[in-house]
Amino acid sequence: MHPFAYVAPKTVDEAVAVLEKHGERARPIAGGTDLLVQARGGRFDLDAVVDIKKIPELVSIKNDDSGLEFGAAVPCYQLYENPELSAEYPGLMDAASLIGGIQIQSRAGLGGNLCNSTPSGDGICPLIVHYGTAVIAGPSGRRELPVEDFCTGPGRNDLKQGEMLVSLKFPKPSSTFGAAYERFIPRNEMDIAVAGVAASVELDSGGNIAKARVALCAVGPTPILAEAAGAALVGKSADDEAAIEAAGAAAAEAASPISDMRGTVEQRKHLVDVLTKRMVKKAVERARS
Amino acid sequence: MVQTFDPKSDYKVVGTRPIRHDGLEKVTGRAVYGADVKVPGLIWGEVLRSPHAHARIKSIDTSEAEKAPGVFAVVTNADFPAPRSGEIDTGEDVVNFERDTKNLLAKDKVLYKGHAVAAVAASDRNTALEATKLIKVEYEQLTPVRNVDEAMAADAPILLEDLVGDHLGEDVKDTNVARHFRHEFGDLERGFAESDLVVEETFTLQMVHQGYIEPHNATAIWDESGHVTAWSSTQGMFAVRDQTAGMLRIPESQVTVHPVEIGGGFGGKTKVYLAPVAAMLSKKSNGRPVKMVMDRNSVFEASGPAPGGKITVKMGVSNDGKIKAVHSDLRYEAGAFPGSAIGAGAICVHACYNIPNSRIDGYDVVVNKPKSAAYRAPGSPQAAFAIEQVVDEICDQKGWDKLQFRLDNASTEGTRRGDGVMFGSIGLIETLEAARDSDHWNSPLGEPAPGKLRGRGVASGYWMNGGNKSTVDLMLQDDGSVALNEGSADIGGTRASIAMQAAEVLGLPAEDVHPYIPSTDSIGFTATTGGSRTTYATGYAAWEAANDLIKQMSERAAILWGIDAADVQFDAGRFSSGSDPELSIGFKDLARRIGDTGGPLSATSSVNLAAAGAAYAVNICDLEIDPETGKTDVVRYTAVQDVGTAIHPSYAEGQIQGGAVQGLGWALNEEYFISDDGSMANHTFLDYRMPTSLDMPMIETIMVEVPNPLHPFGVRGVGEVPLAPPLPAAANAVKDAIGKRIVDHPVKPGRIIEALSD
Repeated sequence: MHPFAYVAPKTVDEAVAVLEKHGERARPIAGGTDLLVQARGGRFDLDAVVDIKKIPELVSIKNDDSGLEFGAAVPCYQLYENPELSAEYPGLMDAASLIGGIQIQSRAGLGGNLCNSTPSGDGICPLIVHYGTAVIAGPSGRRELPVEDFCTGPGRNDLKQGEMLVSLKFPKPSSTFGAAYERFIPRNEMDIAVAGVAASVELDSGGNIAKARVALCAVGPTPILAEAAGAALVGKSADDEAAIEAAGAAAAEAASPISDMRGTVEQRKHLVDVLTKRMVKKAVERARS
Repeated sequence: MVQTFDPKSDYKVVGTRPIRHDGLEKVTGRAVYGADVKVPGLIWGEVLRSPHAHARIKSIDTSEAEKAPGVFAVVTNADFPAPRSGEIDTGEDVVNFERDTKNLLAKDKVLYKGHAVAAVAASDRNTALEATKLIKVEYEQLTPVRNVDEAMAADAPILLEDLVGDHLGEDVKDTNVARHFRHEFGDLERGFAESDLVVEETFTLQMVHQGYIEPHNATAIWDESGHVTAWSSTQGMFAVRDQTAGMLRIPESQVTVHPVEIGGGFGGKTKVYLAPVAAMLSKKSNGRPVKMVMDRNSVFEASGPAPGGKITVKMGVSNDGKIKAVHSDLRYEAGAFPGSAIGAGAICVHACYNIPNSRIDGYDVVVNKPKSAAYRAPGSPQAAFAIEQVVDEICDQKGWDKLQFRLDNASTEGTRRGDGVMFGSIGLIETLEAARDSDHWNSPLGEPAPGKLRGRGVASGYWMNGGNKSTVDLMLQDDGSVALNEGSADIGGTRASIAMQAAEVLGLPAEDVHPYIPSTDSIGFTATTGGSRTTYATGYAAWEAANDLIKQMSERAAILWGIDAADVQFDAGRFSSGSDPELSIGFKDLARRIGDTGGPLSATSSVNLAAAGAAYAVNICDLEIDPETGKTDVVRYTAVQDVGTAIHPSYAEGQIQGGAVQGLGWALNEEYFISDDGSMANHTFLDYRMPTSLDMPMIETIMVEVPNPLHPFGVRGVGEVPLAPPLPAAANAVKDAIGKRIVDHPVKPGRIIEALSD
C-alpha cells in the first residue's frame, strides 16, 4: 500500500473537486468498512481518500410527510435506533440491522453499501423495494437515479468521474405498505449472502395487492429488480398462495447466479424461490399490522 | 521398565479450579504476543508468494527490489546453504530439511498458490511489501493437482520429480503417492463371508484450517558473532530452534529462541515458516533485527491446514450385533510435500472397535495445496467421519441401538488396535456408558419449529496421546513459594495444570507455584506441545522435581533438628520427625531457614516418556434443519470424554468445548474451496465459514475419570480427542433429520437441499 492523502472537505462541491481531480485514484470514505479492507487487500491504489462525514448534508436524516432522505454517510445504527423510521421503513431496518455486527453498524451505512455495488450487498435490495432514489452530485451538478439502475456490474456503478452519492430518498409509504428483507447465510451472523430477497407490497382497501416489488441479491452481476415477480402479485389477494408461488417462480427465473464458493446455481435459484415466498408473506404481514 | 501408579482421588490442589497464572496479563492486554515484539533497530520482512498452484520457476530477478529505497535485503532459496538430504534424525524428530527448505522458499518449482518465492527486508512493512512487487519471477505454468483422485490418476502431473514412493515396500518413481502402507490381521475375506450385512461407503473430505486468531510471526537477529536470536509464537520453541538451525546449517547452540504468548495453535504452530527467513534477512541486513508477520490470506494459503482426502470403509456385521471384519482405505492429502497425518489416521480409524479381521490401507498423497500440518488429533477426525457414519448406517439398517452396538463391540484393555498394538488401560466402555446414562441421551429430541426437522447423532472418537521429553526446574524462594520453569509452550492452560501438579506434591496452594517459560538456553530440552502430551509428560516432570525438592527439604529439616534424614516425614505441608512429635515445621517456615542449612535449593527433572494413556470421547448432537434452505442449527450438544484425571476441570472442559465447536465448524461449513486453477477461493474469514459464538449452543460436558496408571495423578491428555467425534456426530444427526446420508464433507446447506431434492 502506498501513502495516500486524507482530505476532509466541508461541502459537497469541495469533495467533488477532489474526486474529479484524482479520478479513479480517489475514493470517498464514510465508514471505511469496505474501502480500507479493499485498499489493504491491494484491490486498488489510492492517492486520496475523501472523508465525507464532515459534510452536514451527508450525515443528516430528514423525515417528513413527503418521505425520507438520509445522507450517504449516515451509519446503519442511526436508522434502526430511530423508532419513527423503523415503523415506516421496515425493509430498510432489516438491512441496517443485519449488516455486520454492532461495531460495523456504527460506522457503515446503506449509502456506502450501495456505492460498493457488490451483487451481495445486503443494503441494496431493500432500497429498491422501498422505491429509493439515489441523489448524485458531480462536476456538472446534481442528478437523480432510481436505485435499481445504480449498479452496473460487480463492484461497478453509474457514478462518473468526479461524481459521488449525496443521499438516498424514499417516498413516504402508505399505511398499508409493508416490506421485508432476508438473506440466506449458513451461519447466523457475520456472513455474506448466498442469496437474498427483498419484497414490498402495498394493499388496497379490499386487501388486494395494489403494488409489489421483489428484488434479488447475490444471484447476478448486480442486484436485480424482478419485475415479473412483482407483477405476479399485483391485483391478487394478499393470501393468494398461487400468486405467491408464481412470484417465487418468477423471481427464480429472473435470477442469473453463478456457482462459486458460496453456493451453486441450483441452490441459489432454489433459495430465491423460497425466500421470495417468505418475504412476500412477511411484507403482507407487516402491511397489515 | 515403565513405572505404574495407583492414583488416588483425595487431592488438595488437583481437581480444583484456581485462576490461571497467566490470566491477568492476558485479560489486561499486557501479555506479549509475537506481533508485539519490539527490539531496537527493528526492520520488517515481507514475502513474495506464488500466484500459481503449480509452476516451474524459470528465473527470479531481484535487482529492482534490491535497489528500492528503504530496502536492506532480498533473499531467495538460493541464499540458503545446500540442505542435508534425506530424512534426518535430529535426535528429537525426523525431519527432511531438503523439503522443509523448499517449503520455506520455493527452489525450482512452486507447488501451491501462496508458496513463498522470495522475501524482502525494508525499513517498514509497506516499503517491504511494495518492494516484493518489484521482484520479477518468470514461471512456466503446470497443470495443478487438486485432490487425491487427480494425484493418483495414471496420467497425473508429477509434483516432485525426485520423490521415490514407498508402495507396500516397493520403491516407485514418477508418483504422487509418497507412501502406501497396510496394517492387517485376521482373515478379512472370511470375516466378510461370515457377515450377515456388509456396508461399504466412500467419503470425501476437503482441507480445513485450524483458524487460530494470531497469524504466524517471527522476529530474528543474526548477529556479528554468528548467533541467531529469535522470538516466535510457537507450540515448540525447541522445534523452532532445531528447524531454524537445520535450515541455516548452524549448530543448535547458535540459535536461541524466546517463546512469546501464542494466540492459538491447535497443531498448526508446530512448523516453521518465517524464523529462518527472518534470520537470513537479518544476516543480509548487517544484523538488523527483522520482524515478519503473516496476513490472513497467507495463513490460509501457506501455513499448514489439515488434510482432506478420500476414505472408503467396508464393514461386515453378524445378526447378533458383532463386527466381523472391517477394511478401511484412507487417502490423505499431504499437500505439496509428503507427510500427512495418514499414519495417525490409520492408527485411529478402527480404535473404537474390537475387530477380529482388520485391514487398513493408508496413502500419503502429494497435491498442489499447502503442506498439511497437525490439527488437534491429526488424521482422526477424518477417519471418524467415515467409520462412524458406516457404523451409524449399519445400526439404521438393522434397527440397533447406536450406543449399545458401540458398547457390544468396544475396545478394552488387551484389544488389538488396527495397527496391531495391544491396548493398555482405556476407558471407552466407561465413556460410552456415561453417554448412555446422560440426560441428553435420555431426553426426547424436542419439537422442531414449524416446518423444520430435527435429528440426533452420536459418534465416538479416539486419540492415542503422547509422552516424549519434558523438563521442569523448581526453585525454592525465601518466602516459601516456588518458581517453576518449564519447557512447554502453554497453548491451553498448561501453566496452571503443570503448576498445580507441583503444588499438590509440595503441599502449597496453586498460587504459590509460579510457572514461567524461559528461552531455549534456559531450560532442558522439551518437545513441542502437541499430541496431548504436556499436562501428562511435563506434569510428570513437575511431580518428579517436586518430590526431589521435598526430599532435599527433608534433609535440611534433618540438619536443623540434628536427626537422621530418614526420620523426616512430609505430610499436608509440614515436615516432622517420625520419632519425636515435638519436631515439626511448616513448608514456608522451613523455606526461610534454607539459608542457614546449606544455601539455596532447586530441583530439576527431565523425563522421556515412551507410553501415554489413550483417550476416548463420545458426542451426542441434536440438529434442527430447515428443509427448504438447508440451514442447520445445533440445538443441543453433549461431549463425553475420558480425561483420566482432570487436573484443572475448567480447562479440561474448555478443551472439550473448544474441540466440539471446531469440529462442528469442520463438519458443517468449513472447507478449502479449491478453484479450477488450484487456488483456494475462500482465503478470508468472511468466506472460510468458521462458526461464531452465535452459531453454537452451550456445549455440555461430561468428564469420565478412568485414571491413567502410567501417570502419578492419572492424567490422560485431553486436548485432541474432543475433535474426533463431532464430524460424524453432526453428519449422523443430519441423516437422522432428513433421512439421507451425506458422504461428502462439509455437510453444508447446499448438499442438504441437493440430498432432499433427489
